[in-house]
Order: sequence, then structure tokens, then C-alpha cells
Amino acid sequence: MITDHGTTDAPTTTSGREPAGPPPPIRKIVVEAPPTVAPAAPQAAGGHAATSGAAGGWGQGRGEAGPERMTLQGLSVFYGENEAVKQVSLSIRLGEVLALIGPSGCGKTTLLRTLNRLTELTAGAQRGGTILLDGTDVDALEVTALRRRVAMVFQQPNPFPMSIFDNVAYALREQSRKRPGRAVVEPLVEDALKRAGLWDEVKDKLDAPALRLSGGQQQRLCIARAIATRPEVLLMDEPCSALDPRSTAVIEQLIGELRSDLAIVIVTHNMQQARRVGDKVAFMYLGDLVEYGPAEQIFDAPQAQRTRDYVRGVFG
Amino acid sequence: MAVTQPRTLDDLPHGGFGVDASGRGGGRVPQRKRPRRESMADWRWGDRIAYVLCWAAGIALCVIAALIMGYMAVRGVQYLKPSLLWSHPSGEVDQSDSGGFLDPIIGTILLTIIGIVIATPIAVAAAIWVVEYGRPSGLARMVESGIEVVAGTPDIVLAIFGLALFQHGLFGWMSFTAEGGAVFGRSFLTAGAMMSLIALPMVFGATREGLQSIPGHVREASYGLGKTKIATIRRVLLPAVRPNISTGAALGMGRIAGDTAIVVILLGATLRLEKEGGIPGVDVLKGTGSTLTSYVYNNSPAGEGNAPEKAYAAAFVLLLLVVALNFTVDLIARRGAKTGLEGTRLGAGR
Repeated sequence: MITDHGTTDAPTTTSGREPAGPPPPIRKIVVEAPPTVAPAAPQAAGGHAATSGAAGGWGQGRGEAGPERMTLQGLSVFYGENEAVKQVSLSIRLGEVLALIGPSGCGKTTLLRTLNRLTELTAGAQRGGTILLDGTDVDALEVTALRRRVAMVFQQPNPFPMSIFDNVAYALREQSRKRPGRAVVEPLVEDALKRAGLWDEVKDKLDAPALRLSGGQQQRLCIARAIATRPEVLLMDEPCSALDPRSTAVIEQLIGELRSDLAIVIVTHNMQQARRVGDKVAFMYLGDLVEYGPAEQIFDAPQAQRTRDYVRGVFG
Repeated sequence: MAVTQPRTLDDLPHGGFGVDASGRGGGRVPQRKRPRRESMADWRWGDRIAYVLCWAAGIALCVIAALIMGYMAVRGVQYLKPSLLWSHPSGEVDQSDSGGFLDPIIGTILLTIIGIVIATPIAVAAAIWVVEYGRPSGLARMVESGIEVVAGTPDIVLAIFGLALFQHGLFGWMSFTAEGGAVFGRSFLTAGAMMSLIALPMVFGATREGLQSIPGHVREASYGLGKTKIATIRRVLLPAVRPNISTGAALGMGRIAGDTAIVVILLGATLRLEKEGGIPGVDVLKGTGSTLTSYVYNNSPAGEGNAPEKAYAAAFVLLLLVVALNFTVDLIARRGAKTGLEGTRLGAGR
């Protein structure tokens, strides 16, 4: 284990740490690591109630995880010859925030987009393994129905070029010949905006163009749009990376509130954010799921060498 | 919620990054030296000459535009009488009896509307297909180069082709048909159909660029809400590119209003609107007429009318019309910048 690790270059490393010495050398990163272990996964599969006790209270009173909503079994995603996600097995539970962390290009966004079959839109993308949503294979579901149950929020706030009201109403109106009128969707829109914590700011200007909102408000509108159909799972792809710290804090708080009736999967580059919002954390590296477990375990007592290095900032 | 991490706004340092705040105010601002400005004295001679040439080219264009506008305005105001705008033209040799150019004005407006009404849906549909579907990609490339060919074809060639096409018996319903079954081929309908080809590349280009400027994640956001591609196009993409479509349409209308060759060959360039057939409304469309451009041509010293005063007056009116259209384009583009997804000013087409 220690031989393939960059820090064994002991003399160089220590000299590099001297205060007035030359800049520290670039460390070698483990590219070809031994087959991955995801130590916490079997534990978690054994039963979440037991885990929460054994792992030293990872829940920290954040609320117990509910039933399993999505199950990934040996999920692989290929872009042509390139295997972007390799044999990942995970479970996503109601009432729990799963944070996917890892360096760029590790497949975490691909994994996320595969959950609501958005990767299918990419030419040349192929998938192996199964994804179950409440026990049903997602391939058996109609894709529009699946995406209403597994909603998504993107990195860039992307409201549609219409009014605030219409942005949310658009999500609510199903593909049907007869579009429900404003009176029908109005209470639902209000409810979604309230749950996204945006109602008080926009209730007087529902007909204003959504693109006039600030970046943080736009992102909350996107969240409102995504949760309007009452999905079971909410996927978030770096939802705060384009936002300022205050908007980020608002959204992180919102994630904490939404967690009670949704399963949330969030991809983030920001390890501190993963720690703040995540109940479970999965560390991915070059397509492998390296480690999966309660947030405290991943950050304080990681079991895999690569997780330890990444969390400590040795590479990334 | 016994969590140590800041989960609420109040836990965050509110004033943001205090260092900046305290650094401001009270004479602690460092003395700022005015940076030495770049001066042309340091430039190489070649650069100096090139710079002056670029500058002169810009000024020259402004001067040319001002000259055109100024000359046409002086001549136009000089000869333009209000009565010219609402009296019918007639073929009198005595210019005081030859009337105004009401018919050409109506002809210009009518032809522009016909052309743009035919061009816009086709161009928008083609742009949507090319950008959003575009499979097989070879066919998409063919569509694009086909439109480029249409855009590059001289209008006189389009006019001749149109005349040959619309004189076919198949298109007899579009224009006057003589006793023996010979089709005249000249009417507002046939000219408008050919005019649409002039506006089509404009609308196509503007719509395509608008669609391409919409980031992919906006489409994915719509798919992510469980919407189909069709619904995404109808409810998200089309509203988003509406300013682009309007810009393209206005540009195309300017092109149609300014075209002469198709009018002379396909509209007949008759002085007055000549109705054809008995159905009210349709008779005008099936009949012939003229536009301001052909009126200017015919009344110029080169044409048979030879009444330069009226040519100047009509040219001035035409210029005002086209400038107004361009102004509308600017207005739409600027309004699109405020509400649309991407505020790009589009110089579509050529």
C-alpha cells in the first residue's frame, strides 16, 4: 500500500517542507492503485440502524435515514472505450444527503446524470449494471416519468426565459393535451416556492422574468422547479459552485431542510461543503468508488489511503 | 440539530471580508501614480500608418452614410409633397398629372409581408431541425449549404428562375392565365414567394445562432423535469429565440423592401395595382403592381418615366422605411438582451 504512494519519497518531501526552502516538489499521485475497497458499503448494506450506532453517531441527530430509494448495483458507464464509472454499488436513502466527492473527471457527475438517465443524451454513452428506483429498474420506467421522480439541479442556475411563475408551472404541467390553467397550478407553485425558501422574496413579482433574479435566487428557483413535482430523489450537480458564499449558505440550509422528505444526492468539489451537508459521503477517484460511508468517517477516519490523501489535500 | 458547522446564515461572518472594509476611508489610500499612457511615439511606423488607416476607414464610412442620408433628405424634402403619398400614379407625360406613389407604397408593404410570412416559418423550422436534430449530420450540412447557396444567388437570377417556374401550368392559380392557357407568372404571390427566398437565409441564420447560444444545460434542465424534446423546443427554446427570430425577420424585411430585380421581373412593375380574378382580396394578390424600388427605377433618368423629382421623393420614403426597420432590429436586439437568455447582438446572414 505504502509503496505506490507518493509520500514515500521521504527525503524530498521533508526538504520541501522547510520554511525557506525551495517550493515543494509536485507529488506523485496514485493513478494505478490496487483494486478498490469501499469499506463502509457492506456495513451500510447490513442495515442502517446498526451502522448509525456502530459508527459513533454519524447521524449526529440529523435524523435517521429512511427506506432505500435508489439502489445502484455494479453500475458502469462508458463513453466509447473510456470507462467513466466503474462497477459502483451504492444505495440512496430517503431523508439522507449523499455527497459525492472526488477530483475533476472522477465520474461523479456522470454517475449523477446516469441516475435520471440524462447520460443517454450523450452520443456514445453506454451503461452497465442496474439502477433500481423503489425496486423498479429505471430502464423499465418511461424516461419522462423517471425524471419527474428523480429531479435534477444543475451547476449553472438555468431558469427558463419566462416568468418566475411559469418556470415552476412548466415543471408541473404534464405532457397532456389539455394544459391545466393557472388556478389549478397556483397553489402548487406557491408550495414549491415556499419549500425552496423563495416565496417571500418573489411573491409580489411572480410574473417578472426569472432571469432578472440574482444568481442565488435563480438557483433556488431551479430547486423550486425541481421539487415542484414532489420527486423522491433530488440530484444536485455542484449547485453552489457558481454562487457567492451567502447564497451558498442559504442553499446549504435549504438542503438541510429538504432532506426530511427527499433523498438528496449532491456532487461537490468542495470538501467542506460535503462535510457540512452530507450525511453519507462517497469518494470517487478515476471512476472507482473508493470509499463510501458516514461523513465523519470519510473525513476523520478514512480507511483507504487515497481517501486519506484526498481529504488531507495531498492531491485533488 | 446539534451540528457544529454553520448551517444558518447567522453563523457566517456577515460583513464579508472585513479586511477590505477597514482598509477603505481615512487617508490610508496609497498614493496612486498615474500610469504612463501608451503614446504613439513608441510605435513602429507600420503600426502608426495602419492605425491611421483603420481610423480613417471608420470615419469615411460615417461620412458616406451621412452623405447618402443628407443628400436623399435634401432632395426628398425638396420634392416630397404629402399628396404624393396618397394619390395613385398615372402614366401622364405631364408630371403635374402623373400622380403620386400610393400604389408602390402599398405594393412594398404587401410584398414584404407576403415574403416574410412565407419565409419565417420555413426558416425557423429548418433552423430548429439543423440545431436540435441535425441527424444525419451530412443532411444537416447539406441543408446549411443549400441555404447558403440561396443566400448567395443574385436576386436577378432568382427572378428569372421564378418566372420560368411560375409560368408553369401548375402555378396557374397564382397569377393571370390567358385564354389559351398560357400562365403569366407575374403577381404578388409569385413575387412574394421568390422574395421569401431572399429573407429566408436571414431568419434562418438568426434563429440558428440564437439556438446555438442557448447552453446545453438549459435543455437538460427541461429534460430533467421530465419534458420531451418537443415540449422543450416549444416551451423553452422557441420563446428564448423569439428576439432572434424577430431580428432576422426585420433584417429580411429590409432586404425584401430594397429588392428591385424580382419586382421588375416577377411583379410586373405596373404603375398601379392591377387586380386579377373576381375574389376580393385575392384579386390583389393574383394581380400585378409595383414597389417603391421599381417606382424609383422607372422614374429615374434610366427608366421610362423619367421624372427624377418623384424618384427622389420615393427613394427618400423608401430609405426612411428601411432605416425604421433597422432601428426596430436594434430595439429588438436590445430588449432581447434584457430578457433573453443570451444578450448577443446578431449580425445574421451576410
